[in-house]
Amino acid sequence: MQSIDLATQTLRDANAALQAQAAQTNATSWEILNPRGAHAIAVGLDAPIEVTVRGSTGYYCAGMNKQATVHVAGSAGPGVAENMMSGMVIIDGDASQYAGATGRGGLLVIKGNAASRCGISMKGIDIVVQGNIGHMSAFMGQAGNLVVCGDAGEALGDSLYEARLFVRGSVKSLGADCIEKDMRPEHLELLRDLLERAGIDARPEDFRRYGSARKLYNFDIDNVGAY
Amino acid sequence: MTEQDRTIPRTQPIQSATFSNAINAEIRRAAATGIYDIRGGGAKRRVPHFDDLLFLGASISRYPLEGYREKCDTRVTLGTRFAKTPIELDIPITIAGMSFGALSAQAKEALGRGASAAGTSTTTGDGGMTPEERGHSTKLVYQYLPSRYGMNPDDLRRADAIEVVVGQGAKPGGGGMLLGQKISDRVAEMRTLPKGIDQRSACRHPDWTGPDDLEIKLMELREITGWRVPIYVKVGATRPYYDTALAVKAGADVVVIDGMQGGTAATQDVFIEHVGLPTLACIRPAVRALQDLGMHREVQLIVSGGIRTGADVAKALALGADAVSIGTAAMVALGDNDPRFEAEYQALGTTAGAYDDWHEGRDPAGITTQDPELAARLDPVAAGRRLRNYLKVMTLEAQTIARACGHNHLHNLEPEDLCAVTMEAAAMAQVPLAGTDWYPGKPGTGY
Repeated sequence: MQSIDLATQTLRDANAALQAQAAQTNATSWEILNPRGAHAIAVGLDAPIEVTVRGSTGYYCAGMNKQATVHVAGSAGPGVAENMMSGMVIIDGDASQYAGATGRGGLLVIKGNAASRCGISMKGIDIVVQGNIGHMSAFMGQAGNLVVCGDAGEALGDSLYEARLFVRGSVKSLGADCIEKDMRPEHLELLRDLLERAGIDARPEDFRRYGSARKLYNFDIDNVGAY
Repeated sequence: MTEQDRTIPRTQPIQSATFSNAINAEIRRAAATGIYDIRGGGAKRRVPHFDDLLFLGASISRYPLEGYREKCDTRVTLGTRFAKTPIELDIPITIAGMSFGALSAQAKEALGRGASAAGTSTTTGDGGMTPEERGHSTKLVYQYLPSRYGMNPDDLRRADAIEVVVGQGAKPGGGGMLLGQKISDRVAEMRTLPKGIDQRSACRHPDWTGPDDLEIKLMELREITGWRVPIYVKVGATRPYYDTALAVKAGADVVVIDGMQGGTAATQDVFIEHVGLPTLACIRPAVRALQDLGMHREVQLIVSGGIRTGADVAKALALGADAVSIGTAAMVALGDNDPRFEAEYQALGTTAGAYDDWHEGRDPAGITTQDPELAARLDPVAAGRRLRNYLKVMTLEAQTIARACGHNHLHNLEPEDLCAVTMEAAAMAQVPLAGTDWYPGKPGTGY
């Protein structure tokens, strides 16, 4: 395992080393020591490597990740895995606001809770949260799946496009144009796969599905109160 | 009516200045449709502008440079603060961000061709980077917008600079809008949206709020791109002093200020006409912020919104900008609102010069459309050549003025070269009213 200690090495050195890994690298296993809440750790990676961050991170850990698996053995600050393209990001603890924002692919797993705006403007990413999520999550979510094993805060899925939301616990309120939808067999299958990949033991049948009513897709004066 | 009645002078019908025909028509339209007016372009109202300023030229105390003989440099370097590879431009006139989606692929290609031939940069927009525009732009600025449509690290690294868009002059505080008529299959795919919907972009970024967050966001973008390319921060003109200062504090290499005459692909008319500052009003406060921080020329300032001529370029630079950016003018150079399409504009209920329903996607000139037949009308090679010519003319005009003022570089133009012909322009530009040594608000004058 390659080791980078942020107590003695700079963030630039760390990211440059990780970003320099080619697809066929033999250095597939990395650890980052003493992150101490630093921002932008392991951003812009583009190789099938595994990076373990031993501690908690600041903003934008694993931002724009491609291919890599980034494991935070701690909690993550705002915008973890923002705009992720592919690969996997796992947070052992909690994640602050905007987790997985605008993500376009890959899987983000949060073992603890996620704060507000989890999955905001998501564009294809899959997010699985073992705990609860805060308000305005999946706001303007365009594509992808958000799975919440706990409860969801206010205005879930406000102004939602085509992202799919699954919640096992309670939903404090739904946002504009977000409605509960039937859980069909294909959704149960999708959910089963996501939970399995996230390593979370939960029954798909215990979840409820939410999605867009698609009433705001084209302006209609009769819906003006919802805009 | 008696003969006597006919001879009595009658009161002439008088149109109300407050309830003009145009206002009344808009009231009737709103009452009939129940929706606000949406259009493209920038503010059409008359506001103090560069036309209200004049250059003083050389005199006994200053001697001019010989036109066509003595050198007057136009080059500008953008992004010298942090970037390993700043952008070097031959001319201080750049092409503003306009999206594929708002514009046809042919129009985007033409912008790239024209800008590259003139030695300057062009900019993506709220829809990601297309291969055509990357391929035809030697210098391409990649916009980082609240919507993040099409955003990906590969394009980010392909860019020559990144422009973090906080706001836009046509709609400071508002998000983008692209109505269903223009969401074609390709546009929908690039934006990960269903075809044919009315796309409303978010008005603020999804993963940061405020200048402290912005500083971290810029650091992340630099880490992803290896600190190679400059990062611009673009704001709509509202509080130019503080926005400039905060952008500098956050780590911007370049600050872009877009006045209310700056265009948009589509937004509410009420937004365009009633929110923001005229371009003329925002340059001096922005420059003062840079000077107060000791960063003037260290962090470059680009000004946009209503730049049309070399005189406008020279005036913006004289007030302290490092470069300007054009959008609407570039579209006109490509062929937008050309009178040769008058019959078709008439059929759309408008006239050449006034056509602004860009959101409807029925542009006879083939520029603001995704209709394949209309778009095919624009020859990107010929349109790119027109843009190149126009950029060259603007540059020659600005050089002509600079030489007449005795300067061997456009950046040597200064406020002392200017006077104003109106009180409003004098106050906004902080240059003397013509024939005086005074402007409203001049320190020590009591006004």
